[in-house]
Amino acid sequence: MKLVTAIIKPFKLDDVREGLSEIGVQGITVTEVKGFGRQKGHTELYRGAEYVVDFLPKVKIEAAVAADMVDKVIDAITKSANTGKIGDGKIFVSSLEQTVRIRTGETGPEAL
Amino acid sequence: MDAITELSYALDTFYFLVTGVLVMWMAAGFSMLEAGLVRAKNTAEILTKNISLFAVASIMYMLYGYSIMYPGDAFAGAWWPGIGSLLGSTDNTSAEVLASGGDTYYSNLSDFFFQVVFVATAMSIVSGAVAERMKLWAFLIFAVVMTGFIYPVQGFWKWGGGALDALGFLDFAGSGVVHLCGATAAFAGVLLLGARKGKYRADGTISPIPGCNMPLATLGTFILWMGWFGFNGGSELVISNVEEANAVALVFVNTNAAAAGGVIAAMMVARLLFGKTDLTMALNGALAGLVAITAEPLTPTPLLATGIGAVGGVIVVFSILALDKIRIDDPVGAISVHGVVGMWGLLAVVLSNPDATLVAQLTGLGVIFAWTFVASIVTWGIIKMVIGIRVSEEEEYAGVDLSECGLEAYPEFVGSQGSGK
Repeated sequence: MKLVTAIIKPFKLDDVREGLSEIGVQGITVTEVKGFGRQKGHTELYRGAEYVVDFLPKVKIEAAVAADMVDKVIDAITKSANTGKIGDGKIFVSSLEQTVRIRTGETGPEAL
Repeated sequence: MDAITELSYALDTFYFLVTGVLVMWMAAGFSMLEAGLVRAKNTAEILTKNISLFAVASIMYMLYGYSIMYPGDAFAGAWWPGIGSLLGSTDNTSAEVLASGGDTYYSNLSDFFFQVVFVATAMSIVSGAVAERMKLWAFLIFAVVMTGFIYPVQGFWKWGGGALDALGFLDFAGSGVVHLCGATAAFAGVLLLGARKGKYRADGTISPIPGCNMPLATLGTFILWMGWFGFNGGSELVISNVEEANAVALVFVNTNAAAAGGVIAAMMVARLLFGKTDLTMALNGALAGLVAITAEPLTPTPLLATGIGAVGGVIVVFSILALDKIRIDDPVGAISVHGVVGMWGLLAVVLSNPDATLVAQLTGLGVIFAWTFVASIVTWGIIKMVIGIRVSEEEEYAGVDLSECGLEAYPEFVGSQGSGK
């Protein structure tokens, strides 16, 4: 089992969600985050004083999937979240040690 | 006797000033309502629009608008207004007041003050409908034209004693002159502006774009409700004798009753249609009730006023849904609340005022709509050609707070030294 974490542009959330549900991913967790990569922030002025905002609003999506689904998931996210412009985001894949469905107590891949 | 006349003058002047202040306070109401119904990333910009439009209206109406709208008795029954300016005019002297036998019963400037806050109200109706995607300065340029010219001309036709007044068109506090006018200008703007990105999907379904702050939206509605007592109450124009004082009291009661009717009706319709009680519909319902009674808050009984407001509440829910169906994107429902229900308000006058005729009301409605729509769409069109009225797609996604104001309404992640250092 793998945990796929994607940081994307906020307005792409609906597209990514559709793309994932089309390949059969049944559940995701979404968090509003701020971050930056190589995309620089911007400068703002507040009452005449300049300040740099390095952190840009992003959305983090986490999906726990079976190991054999990972490539399809990466593909789906990449296709739907891509705008070609800087700041599109990143995808991280990590190993998932255990998964439990709270309602029934199922564990392992059946709980995904 | 002279002392009583002078006191009466002072009281009526004071009444204009105080009710004018209540109407000014509606600007705060609009600001909070709109701030609550847009997304967080667009909040600072809409607040900027609201405070700046009030300033623009105050100045333009002082410079030209007031004199276009109230050129004096020489223009009675006319279509063509006067051109003049408030600057340099003088107010009434004590001797003039006493000699007038009751005709001159308030300070001229108090009348200006009372009227200027109405212009600002009409203009602020536009700001909600074009929210989240219009260039701030395009909006302000339109505000200059609207408050200095478009509104005063149609205001002259009714309240300034012009042609609509001569035709017997009745509009006590402005369902037509203020609310329909503002909503029509908004409608023209939205037609040229287009919907927010992502609002109407390619497959025809509608995306909700929820507002970020329900407490502010509710606060704004209550502030507007309170200000409306000045809006309608002050439009009685006199309070200084028993009959007028009673009339003012009735106007206050009817205004309140209509708002209440609007809330309940809108809530019930929303509950029936959606299965849930939508707060935003209840808020719009209150305002719809208020708009509906604004054309005639004096002659109905409080029970009838409640009913008129309730009909407004029903209309507004369906109108909001209908506008979305035809892809007119109005983030706060301004066109429905002020325009569609404004029309109902004008027609409802015949239910209780024997001097009203359906023909005159329809004529007034049609003329105000036609004039405002044509003048607005020409103005918006010119602005669009010259500087454009819509922000770019990137700016819309990032939020107009950043592109237009350079600051955020709800800034986070600012380091302890005030910058990301």
